[in-house]
Amino acid sequence: MLGFGKLNLKERTLAHLVTPEIEHLVASIPKPVGSFGYDPWGYNEERFKVALGVCKLLYEKYFRVTAHGLEHVPKSGRVLIIGNHSGQLPMDGVLVGVAVATNPDGPRLARAMIERFFPTVPWLGNYLNALGGVIGDPVNCVKMLEMEEAIIVFPEGVRGSGKLYKDRYRLQRFGNGFLHLAMHLNTPIVPVGIVGCEETMPALLNMAPLAKLLGLPYLPVVPSLLPLPARVYLNFGKPMHFSGCATEAEVAERVEEVKAELRRLIDLGLQERTSIYL
Amino acid sequence: MAAAKPHISKKTILVTGAAGSLAKRVIARLHGKYHIIAVDFRRKVDTDAGIPSYLVELHKRGFEDVFAEHKIDAVIHIGRMFAHERDRLQRYNANVLGTKRLLDLSRKYGVTQVLIHSTYFVYGASAYNPALIDEEAPLKASEVTQELVDSVEVESLANIYLWKHPDLNITILRPCNVLGPGVRNTMSILLARAMVPVLVGFSPMMQFLHVEDMAEAIVLAFDKNKPGIYNVAPDDYVPYQQAVSECGCRKLPIPSIPPLLPRGISSLLNWNGFFPPYMVSYFKYPVILDGKLFRETFGWKPRRNLNDIFSYYRKQKLVAKAVV
Repeated sequence: MLGFGKLNLKERTLAHLVTPEIEHLVASIPKPVGSFGYDPWGYNEERFKVALGVCKLLYEKYFRVTAHGLEHVPKSGRVLIIGNHSGQLPMDGVLVGVAVATNPDGPRLARAMIERFFPTVPWLGNYLNALGGVIGDPVNCVKMLEMEEAIIVFPEGVRGSGKLYKDRYRLQRFGNGFLHLAMHLNTPIVPVGIVGCEETMPALLNMAPLAKLLGLPYLPVVPSLLPLPARVYLNFGKPMHFSGCATEAEVAERVEEVKAELRRLIDLGLQERTSIYL
Repeated sequence: MAAAKPHISKKTILVTGAAGSLAKRVIARLHGKYHIIAVDFRRKVDTDAGIPSYLVELHKRGFEDVFAEHKIDAVIHIGRMFAHERDRLQRYNANVLGTKRLLDLSRKYGVTQVLIHSTYFVYGASAYNPALIDEEAPLKASEVTQELVDSVEVESLANIYLWKHPDLNITILRPCNVLGPGVRNTMSILLARAMVPVLVGFSPMMQFLHVEDMAEAIVLAFDKNKPGIYNVAPDDYVPYQQAVSECGCRKLPIPSIPPLLPRGISSLLNWNGFFPPYMVSYFKYPVILDGKLFRETFGWKPRRNLNDIFSYYRKQKLVAKAVV
């Protein structure tokens, strides 16, 4: 009986996380997989369901996310979701992913681009792949957009997520790669202004030499090792279309357009926010 | 009656690696439609009536006699010396110098079509690999290990001849893992075992192809003759550790980091035949091919799925148990 009890506990936990609502959501996400339920990058529907169950609880109960403009995320077809990056840990990517996966206007799987060192970490690399994460390689992006997928990109990269609390809501330098992809593959850009993640892990100091020694992109001094329960506001903007060829200078101008729109969306969130943690 | 058939129109094909299970299947499919000459460096193959068979090493002088004796029109180069068969120098000589000699003789004796069976190993397994690797991707295997230099060099040689001598009509096929009855490559030997090493915390995505489907792919590419480089892989994917379970193997977890550790364990326990030290990275990081070009160019689709492939290894173990 004891043995069965243990099994029951696991099943009961899973049943609690993977609710009929989650089952229904994932079933309605149009995502082709192979005979064992995997896609070429290692995405696995069963693991995604469990993770979505956990993250949906975090989304609703812990970060109490308010999302606006989800109707701007196309129901199908290729799209790049571009956001401002913050909060040391990629919680912002997770929350945008949950927002898109539970979108009442049409749930979708949004693939997150993960740091290149993750695949070298045992378990973590495979696990992130199973949830839809892939390393931020342009070849991956091209292949996924050609397969009409939705991709979340933070063009600031570690410059954004690793910045100190004093620089909060100040956009760092953007890479231009995402705009080239949008132009060449005729992909709409949906900007998302994220407010609240900066406060989940405010960094006072970056111990850069130690980070370098450990092979990490940054190592912040933070008040808590777990993300703090800050309220999060997501504001999705209207799709932006860029096409044709452009010189690098013109691309930079277009990137500025996206940044300007992101600043506007961040300001919307900041204005809406009345309390940071409560 | 038979004399009325115009025998001249039948092409003569030289097939290397004829003792292997893949070449045997290719020969079985082509025999009758073409004249076949079978060669292998391992042993003289017993063949059907009417198929001349030679025991010969490609880089040795005797090989030219085969060309002198028969009017060879085309070559299907499948024969490859595996790492567990001889040492690195002998392997280099057989694979790289052997292929060069094969291509030179093909030119000298007016061969008009060459098909080369390569491997997905040439792309190299790395943490930074994107998935769905195209044929244009750099071949990084020699970055991963010196033991695979011969595979990469065979490819670069073939590439030089491909653009320098278009009259050779060279087609290079890079298949994913080929499995099935009789296959003696590293992955097949591995999955036939009862207990199989897996790296703790790593289970890279993999692609598998049934040897019958690969034989069909070779025959199709040969018949249609569209020179170029092609990945041959299905659009179905499974993590390594799941493939191990599906094949009825028990997992033997071995420490994965630091990378020197699994390699050390492999060489210490002499796992060269099925989990060689230089291939450890292929059990850690994925090499997922985009097989679209081949599928679309040749209208090919594998007829056996992953379960068909794995069930052979599963049944083999059940039979072994029943016998015990």
